Amino acid sequence: MSEVRFTSDHEWIAIDGDIGTIGITDYAQSQLGDIVYVELPDSGRALEKGEEVAVVESVKAASEVYSPVSGTVTEANAALADQPALVNVSAEEGAWFYRLRLSDPAETASLMDRAAYDAFVKGLD
Amino acid sequence: MSEIVTLSGHRGLALEEPLLFEVGEPGRTGVDLPEPPPFDRDRLGGCARRAPVGLPCLSEPQAVRHYTRLSQKNYGIDSGFYPLGSCTMKHNPRLSEKMARLPGFADIHPLQPPQTAQGALAAIEALADWLKGLTGMPAVAMSPAAGAHGEWCGLMAIRACLEDRGQARRRVLVPDSAHGTNPASAAMCGYGVESIPANADGRVDLDRLKAALGSDVACLMLTNPNTCGLFERDIVEIARLVHEAGAFFYCDGANFNAIVGRVRIADLGIDAMHINLHKTFSTPHGGGGPGAGPTVLSAELAPYAPLPFVVRDETGLRLVEHAAEAARLGAKPFGRIKGFHGQFGVFVRALAYIMSMGSDGLHQASADAVLNANYLLARLSADLSASFPGPCMHECLFDDRFLKDTGVTTLDFAKALIDEGFHPMTMYFPLVVHGALLMEPTETESRETLDQFIAVIQGLAAKARAGQAEDFRQAPRFTPRRRLDETLAARNPVLRWR
Amino acid sequence: MRYLPHTEADRRAMLGAVGVGHIDDLFRDVPAASYAARPLDLPPGRGEMAVERDLRRMAARSLPAGDAPFFIGAGLYRHHIPAAVDQLLLRGEFLTAYTPYQPEVSQGTLQMLFEFQTQVALITGMEVANASMYDGATACAEAAAMACRVTRRGRVILSGNLHPHYAQVTETALKHSGATIEALAPDPMGIEDALGRLMSDTACLIVQYPGFFGGLRDLKPLADACHEVGALLVVALADPVGLGLIEPPGAMGADIVVGEGQSLGIGLSYGGPGLGLFATRDKFVRQMPGRLAGQTVDVDGRTGYVLTLSTREQHIRREKATSNICTNSGLCALAFSIHLALLGGDGLARLAALNHAAALALEARLRAKGIRVLSPSYVNEFAVHLGDGADAAAIIDRLAARGILGGVPASRFYPDYPELRPVLILAATETNTEEDMDALAGALAEEAGR
Repeated sequence: MSEVRFTSDHEWIAIDGDIGTIGITDYAQSQLGDIVYVELPDSGRALEKGEEVAVVESVKAASEVYSPVSGTVTEANAALADQPALVNVSAEEGAWFYRLRLSDPAETASLMDRAAYDAFVKGLD
Repeated sequence: MSEIVTLSGHRGLALEEPLLFEVGEPGRTGVDLPEPPPFDRDRLGGCARRAPVGLPCLSEPQAVRHYTRLSQKNYGIDSGFYPLGSCTMKHNPRLSEKMARLPGFADIHPLQPPQTAQGALAAIEALADWLKGLTGMPAVAMSPAAGAHGEWCGLMAIRACLEDRGQARRRVLVPDSAHGTNPASAAMCGYGVESIPANADGRVDLDRLKAALGSDVACLMLTNPNTCGLFERDIVEIARLVHEAGAFFYCDGANFNAIVGRVRIADLGIDAMHINLHKTFSTPHGGGGPGAGPTVLSAELAPYAPLPFVVRDETGLRLVEHAAEAARLGAKPFGRIKGFHGQFGVFVRALAYIMSMGSDGLHQASADAVLNANYLLARLSADLSASFPGPCMHECLFDDRFLKDTGVTTLDFAKALIDEGFHPMTMYFPLVVHGALLMEPTETESRETLDQFIAVIQGLAAKARAGQAEDFRQAPRFTPRRRLDETLAARNPVLRWR
Repeated sequence: MRYLPHTEADRRAMLGAVGVGHIDDLFRDVPAASYAARPLDLPPGRGEMAVERDLRRMAARSLPAGDAPFFIGAGLYRHHIPAAVDQLLLRGEFLTAYTPYQPEVSQGTLQMLFEFQTQVALITGMEVANASMYDGATACAEAAAMACRVTRRGRVILSGNLHPHYAQVTETALKHSGATIEALAPDPMGIEDALGRLMSDTACLIVQYPGFFGGLRDLKPLADACHEVGALLVVALADPVGLGLIEPPGAMGADIVVGEGQSLGIGLSYGGPGLGLFATRDKFVRQMPGRLAGQTVDVDGRTGYVLTLSTREQHIRREKATSNICTNSGLCALAFSIHLALLGGDGLARLAALNHAAALALEARLRAKGIRVLSPSYVNEFAVHLGDGADAAAIIDRLAARGILGGVPASRFYPDYPELRPVLILAATETNTEEDMDALAGALAEEAGR
């Protein structure tokens, strides 16, 4: 069972050994509305924690996605290119954005767990 | 909604019109051209076309009907009231159109020898003189093609000037109520953008401005009157603070129409400002352009104005088109920003308008624009929620508090206005208030029109309060097309006929 | 004042409704020292008759192209505009509408833009075109910036056959972008080695087609070479009329096609407004600047049009937008579209052929007078050499004094190249009569021979 962590920018990361799978949270997709396009990183790209890595777009808004941790991209979710709407129905499962190989697993320690994130979101409303 | 179905798909005067590509046929023509003489294709460098162009063709009557029908699906300022905030949709005088079509203006090539284009150069000079006179500024760059282009031009001049001073300042300050073009233009100049929040009053927060100013700030870009329709009453102090920090003060002149003929921006301490001729000086918006954005400059920035520029010497008027020649005249242009010499056809229209209005007419125009906006603000404040107390300038801002718990959104409210025969106000801009409704009536609307509009707005607000949200969600119902699926358009872009 | 509807009684009543006694009270936020309660000391307003009289006098001080044998091109061309074009442009619903942000009341503009985008894509041989930019030169600069975004590279090579204004605007626009611009020397003979400049860090090569001096060259080898190093080929068009006769850049491998659309439907108007054309491949559409109209359906399922993919643009993306451009050249796009609808594919081909034939006829007359033509191939524009030591600019001025507008001296663009002083760029279009050509050839030979 992988461990899931969250950022205050509404990304989630599921950590499995040194591989992280990253997406945006259900709360984030609900704020954006109908997703029409997702721009994803190329495999092999080296990322710093907090670096802008993807863009998710609705009709009237574009939001940057920041990498929750440092690492090297191993895979992007090709399904999102054809079906951006997947983000609206399955933000925290099928609609993951990319996977990376963590370069500094210790970075995940500063991220929120589910309970902390839920409390954080509650505070926003 | 039940709808009467016709056999043709037309509904009386509401006529359907297929795409050009569905009307046209090869073999027809709308232009009678002589048969070309026979020639060898050996002078085409091996580039002769191999396949036909594949464009359909319409005869003249078909074309006239096609475009006439398309035009009837549009709402223009000629059709009715168009209170689109921050866009200045006012009457476009027809004299301006007529003058722009005079052969001595319309049929002149920009590369004709200057002695054969003295009339055209005189028109540029005359407009430039008016713009300088109305702003009190010593110089104006005429070539920017639009407001955003003017912003970029002004920032490029500022950057060139700073580099000349040996200062590598890297930040531009932009209030969060600014038009999106401001940060985009700053980014095109290689600047980082820092947002300055508004205070509760809808104006620049002086303390936040002071905190943000520093030795790496190149300039402040401020719209005045601002996009909330308010005059920045601390503007002289703002200018002083900006200059004290060694930075420049760029004014986005999109709302110059509120103060034209009454306030010379040089007196406020502004270093550069573009003027949207298609707003303040009533040249037509044309469904999205062309506009023009001449940019007035302070004495310090003037030498950096882009090429080309008009000068007068013993032989008459001529253009300076090269850096070396400019240097001989003491100028250091930052470059060229557009092909040829500027939006000349727009200049002629603006000049005809300004000459018609004169200093007295412009003085009255800004008064009436401001009066009309304040009239809307005063008469609608009980029914809508005004974001800031008056007086406002040329536009008044409301937010969506009055729609709270009605189930009606700003968008629904705007769409309901369409069914009532009005063009909606600007929605969801500026971003500093929730669900913004920004109304700019302009000076060319009569009191009767405003009263009709007010009555409709009051009626719609009452309907929203009465719980008739579904009615709003169905709007508009009487337009050639009803609400369009923008999500589908963006997910599966179909950007051309195939 | 004829544009202002209020009577004094209206103003008094409205001030009363607002609750102030005087209009100046509404300007109370303006610092008193900067406020003019009286009109500024500038000329007063006047009636239509007086303004028209003044502007007619002013206009009469120019020599209109239509009143002279006229052979000026170099980026703007004088073509016949069918009368229906201007009549339709003047329809108020087109002329006085704003950007079509409210699609339900803007289907006319939106459908027209969709048709325009299709026409541009068809004539350039590209997959997708935007709803237009300011002009050819600014479209060219936008293409260079887009190529840098697409390739994530920063070296832009400008061919010496690119219009100098396009080159200068591109250099200015990219000045602070971190990109390096390599501008090749002017190339009237069409002999430059652009391929030799392509490197692994090249974002794009920008060439003009036909070239600034009129010459044509097969773009395919250039496109192949660009693609081999991962760069884009950007092709600039000066006169889209020629596309009726020559292969479209899209068919030759261009990745971005930009151009000046003024030739179709838009007059000379001393150089502005123009119409920036911008077309590319589907795969690059999200990196494209400018507005796009797209097809969709309304709530009743009927086909309609909206502005789409707006997240590329400044009003949403602010400092991260693909460009700061906000307007397009909507009305000029309409003029272009109407003219092209009237011509159709066959008409465009015939018009291009007439232009080429006119240029060939002009060349023959000039050769007969012993004038050397430099361009081995062209559509409707070519360069001539007036003889060693000749000053083409002075000759053109003398022709102008004789009432002939006879081309553009290359020195007007390239004052720093003495070898171009004798070079003159001449354009011929369907508007030129045989008498015009005889007049030019005769006068040019006389003036050049002096």
